[in-house]
Parts: sequence; structure tokens; C-alpha cells
Amino acid sequence: MGIRVNPRTTQRIAKAVIWSAAILVLLLLFTIIIYILSKGIPHITWQFLTEIPSDMGKSGGILSAIVGTLAVTIVAIVVATPLGVGTAFYLTEYTRESGVTKIIRFSAESLAGIPSIVYGLFGFIFFVTYLKLGWSILSGGLTLAVMILPTIIRTSEEAIRTVPPMYREVSFSLGGTKWQTMTKVLIPSALPGIATGIILGIGRCVAETAAIILTAGSALQMPTSLFSPARTLAVHFYILASEGISLDNAYATAAILIILILLINIGANLLVNRFVAKRR
Amino acid sequence: MKMKNFGERIPQSLFFIIALSALTVLALITVFIFIEGVPLIVKVGFFKFIFGMKWAPSQGFYGIFPMIVGTVSVTLGAIILGVPVALCCAIFLAEFAPRWLSDIVRPAIQLLAGIPSVVYGFWGLIFIVPLIRNYLGGPGLSILAGSIILAIMILPTVISISEVSLLALSPLLKEGAFALGATHWQTIRSVLVPAAKSGILASIILGVGRAVGETMAVIMVLGNSVALPNSILSPVRTLTTNIGIEMGYASGEHQQALFATGIVLLVIIMILNSLAQYSIRRK
Amino acid sequence: MRKSNAKSRLFFRFSLIFCLSLSLFSLTLLTGCGRNANSVVIAGSTSVQPFAEVLAQDYMASYPGVSIDVQGGGSAAGIMATQSGTTDIGMSSRNLQGSETSLWSIEIARDGIAIIINPKNPITDLTLQQIADIYDGKTTNWDQIGGKKGEIDVFTREDGSGTRSSFESLVMGKNQIMARAMVENSNGAIRQLVADDPGAVGYISLGLVDSTVKALDLGGIVPSRENVVNGTYNLSRPFLFLSLKPPEGLVKDFIDFTMSAEGQKILYDQGLIITVTNP
Repeated sequence: MGIRVNPRTTQRIAKAVIWSAAILVLLLLFTIIIYILSKGIPHITWQFLTEIPSDMGKSGGILSAIVGTLAVTIVAIVVATPLGVGTAFYLTEYTRESGVTKIIRFSAESLAGIPSIVYGLFGFIFFVTYLKLGWSILSGGLTLAVMILPTIIRTSEEAIRTVPPMYREVSFSLGGTKWQTMTKVLIPSALPGIATGIILGIGRCVAETAAIILTAGSALQMPTSLFSPARTLAVHFYILASEGISLDNAYATAAILIILILLINIGANLLVNRFVAKRR
Repeated sequence: MKMKNFGERIPQSLFFIIALSALTVLALITVFIFIEGVPLIVKVGFFKFIFGMKWAPSQGFYGIFPMIVGTVSVTLGAIILGVPVALCCAIFLAEFAPRWLSDIVRPAIQLLAGIPSVVYGFWGLIFIVPLIRNYLGGPGLSILAGSIILAIMILPTVISISEVSLLALSPLLKEGAFALGATHWQTIRSVLVPAAKSGILASIILGVGRAVGETMAVIMVLGNSVALPNSILSPVRTLTTNIGIEMGYASGEHQQALFATGIVLLVIIMILNSLAQYSIRRK
Repeated sequence: MRKSNAKSRLFFRFSLIFCLSLSLFSLTLLTGCGRNANSVVIAGSTSVQPFAEVLAQDYMASYPGVSIDVQGGGSAAGIMATQSGTTDIGMSSRNLQGSETSLWSIEIARDGIAIIINPKNPITDLTLQQIADIYDGKTTNWDQIGGKKGEIDVFTREDGSGTRSSFESLVMGKNQIMARAMVENSNGAIRQLVADDPGAVGYISLGLVDSTVKALDLGGIVPSRENVVNGTYNLSRPFLFLSLKPPEGLVKDFIDFTMSAEGQKILYDQGLIITVTNP
């Protein structure tokens, strides 16, 4: 290249390109979110939130989907959190760093990256068919639990690991047992990180679709027990949208989904900030 | 003293049980996938499975090459479209944005990350597919549609990690470059970005991992045909959407073939993870 | 870790593991009897699904304590689920074949298959052979069969669909649907995509055709319920309810309701062809 371009010019061009990229991203965000919210919120009525769907979802509300979402998420969190956090504690506190722990960490890392659809396939074969749980909240929740387990293990381990060793040493030097150290020192310090992992897990449960259809089913009725099939908001939205049953209701459901996830994220941030601030 | 010993052992055993159960469950999945999938790969033949052009389970054909091409092309498209934009955004947040603006933009990008894949898929069906069909041709359901959707979906991942990598650089680097008379952009291009290379690379690999694993976002916009695509405007099927469409009714050999596809996905993810770890370690 | 007490620690761990495995095992046994006695699960064909939903809603209105859960998945999924006991009633929109015939089945109605195109497409009539040629890839452009120039975007159902099986045996014969055809896994999805794409063609349940798509005449025969009944429109297939063993209890009650005059009238009003004459 024989042409000499003034560096100031390249600077200006680069700046323009970079600013446009940022504006593009913001624009995308707005078109997606504002479009869906603007088309969906007008159709969110009190009725919509408190009735169950009828006529394949063309009319009625989404109460059963809301309940279904809560149910599978709660099952998943209740099962995965103790297992995940406990495993993280075991790995960091009770074992020495070795080849085995490296393998375990790599496996957890890989399993966290497996596409949800593979978990769905596993859940369908194992929970629904083999264990005869059928299409149920239990099948769906357990499948989700297995799905978020690696993430919770990984983030909890990371969080516990980054607690300064000094905390532990001080606690031991004051005569504390390992258990006391864990409950009074480590857990509180690592809590923001652990909570982040759990929040990530909740987010994944709420957004999951393909795995849920195959394990919790897609029944429209209000679930009556852990063994009832149930629809989640994401599944309901998918069915309404892909089959063109009711675009209005689809937008409304999508709007609720987005608002729900927004609230979860905000709540999580508030919780974490409050906790971190309290400890200062 | 004795009380303390006992008090120590209960929690330790408890945690051991918990860890064992959790790891057993995770091992169970891996074992399950392999037990179901490997016999089929052996039966069909490794090369016939991976490179076979025809996927027609009802006639006994289990070649997943069209799906591999689907996954690779859609992911590649997502990287080509998404990474430059993401990188520019990361540079924007790290170097150009005034504090008040980055405090708005950063959470906005996190918001993008929180939108469920199905919503992206639907948005793509409503907006992107008709645009492609009317202005570029083809049915609109295409590799291009999938790439655009995935590019948007990996933006938050690549932006946030790249930004962190840039911010983590020692300020001495920038000061040194300025002292030598470089412009801001020259500094970014020749000093900062290369220095943050491993973090940026890791973020891209993570983005690739996310793109490879997506199902619902793309199942609505890809057209899902089992033929080998011949252009970016062709409909296509990915490894994940193949499982998604067929797992409800697959049985016997067919089901095993889907698990075998799961193995392929697992291997891809493991390779990507190793690459990411390697690049981080090379810093 | 202290080396003394190693043996007792090991024993302690072992017994805990044993207790845990025992409780997990018993939990597994318990789950078998978990299904609610007052609920019926119906799964399978997406063509039958909306009609089963209407029947279920009507039934539940008369018997409030009962829960009838309907879901899709396709005919093959429904048959599989019936065989494995995952569902109480399976739905199929094709005849049973091979080993499937050991299942108990009853035809609750019949429905036609409509070939649909976008309303903007000027074509109104095609022969079965022309449709078969489109679907196996011989015809690729609308102007080859008298329409406006434009590529034909071919839509088909997934492999496990009863509608697809019926379509293949009634229209394709020995030919295969081409690999390039785009696959969607419900009638609704095909209808929506054909409604949006001016160059599209697809096939769905006749009873699900609405104003967003245009149903083609077959060799001059209009796709209407009357023509299916009198046999001139010969693309039709049975809607079946399936059960692993002859139904009893609540399942039997619901199936009896479906086959009763009241149930059949509901299906007739929804647009299906019923076996009982003069509803």
C-alpha cells in the first residue's frame, strides 16, 4: 500500500464505525423488546393473567402456564441447589487439588455447555418413559435440575474458591471447626456468587422450551399435582407462535416472559448488591 | 475434643454423599448418551454416520453430514456477522463511551441476553424471514436467517467478556502508546486489542458454543429440510434442530441415532471448551 | 485428615450411601403409582389434537372433578406413547401398521387432507400427479404448471406425522418426498407458513383450513366434506383413538362420550366426517 492515510482520518473513521456498531446494538435491542412489549402489553388484562387457556389458547388466559412455570422451576431449584452447592463445597473444602478434581471441573464445564435439547432427549427417555413419571411437572423439573446442576456447581465453586484464604485461617485460628467456618464465614462470603449461579439457573428454567415440551408435556389444564402435565410460559408462547393460533396472545405471553426475566435479573442484582453492601 | 471430631465427620460425610450423588447424576447422563449412541455409530460405521449425505431414518439412512454443514454454516455466519459488531461494542464500552452512557448500554446488553430463545425465533420469523424472502430470494427460511438470529444472540456474551478483557489491561499499555505519539485508534488497534487477544478469543469461543447449542431460536427460521444446502438462502437443518424435531417420535435405531448426534454435539462442546481454556492459559 | 478413625469413617460413609440408595430405590417404586386417578392423558396426532381438546373441554364441563390433558407430538409419538404406557389414550391420523395393530383402536371420525397454497397464488386446481411431481422435486417452478413464475417452496410435515404418512400413501405412492422440502411439525405451523409465503405449497388437515390459505381443487373436485363423504375427493384418512388394552374406567367413559351422539355431533360441528349418519 503506497498510499499514506492520515492517522487522524483513520481515527475518525474508526470512531464512526464503532459508534455505529453500538447504535446498531441498541437499535436491535429496542426493535426486539419494544416491538414485542408494545404488541403484547395491550393484551395483558387481569383476566389474561387469572384464567386458564381455552380453545387451544386462542382465548382465555395463561394462568396454568404461569403455575406450570413456577412449579417446574421450583422443583428444579429445590433439587439442584443443595446438590450443586454441596458438591462445590466438597470439591473446594474437602479434597485436594488433583487430577481427579481437574477432570471433574472440566466435566462440569462441558456438561454446562451441552445443548439443552440433549438434556431434553435424556429426560424424555429416562424420566418420562423409563421411570414412568410420564409427562409431568416432576419429569420436567428433574430434567431442568440436571440441566442447571453443572452451572450451579461451577459458579458456586468459583465463588467459594475466591473467598480469601485469610478468612479461613482467621476462623480456624479463633478455634472454629470446619463446619462453623463454612456456615459462618464461607457461605456468607460466597453467597453473591452462589446466588448468581442460582439466578442463572432460574433464568434457564424459565426460558427452556424444547426440553419441557418433551418432559412436562403441553397440556392446557391447570396442573393438580407434581405428576400432572403442565405447560410453561415459554412452551405456551412457542405453540401459540409457531402454529399461529393467536398472535395477540403470543405477543402478550412473550411480553410477560420478558418482563418476568427482567424482574428476575433486577431482583438478583438488588439482592446481590444489598448483601455485598451489608457485609461492608 | 471428641464432640468436635464427630461434628466434623457428619458434615463431611454429608457433603461427600451430596457430591457423589450429583456427580453420579452427571455421569449417568454422559454414560446414557454414550451407551445409546455408540452402538449405532458402530453399526452404521463412523464415516458413514459423520459423512453420510442422506438422513432418512425410515429407510435406515443415518448420515448426518447435511446437519453438520447446517450447524457449521449457521454458526460461521453468526460469527462473521456478530463478532465484528460485538468487538466494536466492547471497544466502545471500554474506550469511547462516557460513563453515563456505558451505565445505560451495559445493562441493556444484559437484557438482550435474557430474552428467551423462542422469542428470538419468533421475532426472526416475523421480521427477518420475510425480509430475506422479499429482497434476497428463496423461501426466507434459510441459513442467513439463522445466522442473523444467532449473531444477535451471541452479542451479549462476546461483548461483555471482551469488554472485561480490555478493561483488565494495564493502563501503562495505553499510556506508553500515547507517549509514543499514537492516536487513540492506533493504540486500540495495535496495542490494546492484541493484548486482550486471549480474553477476546475466549469470548468468541463461548459465543460459538452458544450458537452450536441453540435449538428453539433457529428451529422456527431454518426451514429444517434434510438436504445439503447449496447457498446461504437455502433451508437447512442443524444437529440440534434435528434432535428437536425428531425426538418425540423416534424409537429404536432412530432414537439411538439421535443420541449419537448428541455425542457429536458433546464432543464439539468439549473441543471448544479445551480451546477456550488453552487460549486463556496462553496469556 | 486424621489417619486414625479411618475405618469407622469408611463404615459411616458406607452406611450413609446404603441408606441413600435404598431411599432412592423406594422412591422409584412409588413413582409408578403416581398418576392421578381422576385424570386422562391423551397424546399424539396434531391433526386430531384440536378436536380432542374440544371434546375434552366439553366433557370436563359436565364432570368438573376430572382432568383431561391433551397434547400433540404427532401420530408416531402418540402410538409410541400408547405402547409404552406413557399416555392413556393415543391419537393417530393414519392407520396402524405392523406391530402397532396389537393396540386397541377406534375410529372417532375421518378428515380430508387439503393441499393448500397462498391466497395470492392464482392457481386453483391441480391433479394428484402434478402435486406428486412438486413434492418429489420434478416440478420446481410455478410457471411449469400454469402459474406465475416463481420457485415453489415446498412444505411437508415431519416423518412421524400421520398426516404425512397418509399423504405419502395417497399422493406420492412409490415416490419419496424430496429432501429439499421444508419440514414443520404441526398443521398450524404449515398453515401459517403457507399463509405468509406467496410461493408456498403444503398439506394440512381439511378441518383446519381457514381463510388465511387457499385449498386446491383436485382434478376439478372441490375439497369439501361432502365430496370426501361421497368419495369423489379421495384424500382422506381416519382419526383414531388408541389404547394399550381395551379401555376401562374413566378412559372408557371418555371414549364412550366421544362415540356418543353428543360427542359425534361436536366433531361434526367442528368440520369432521363422522361415522354416525344424521347427527
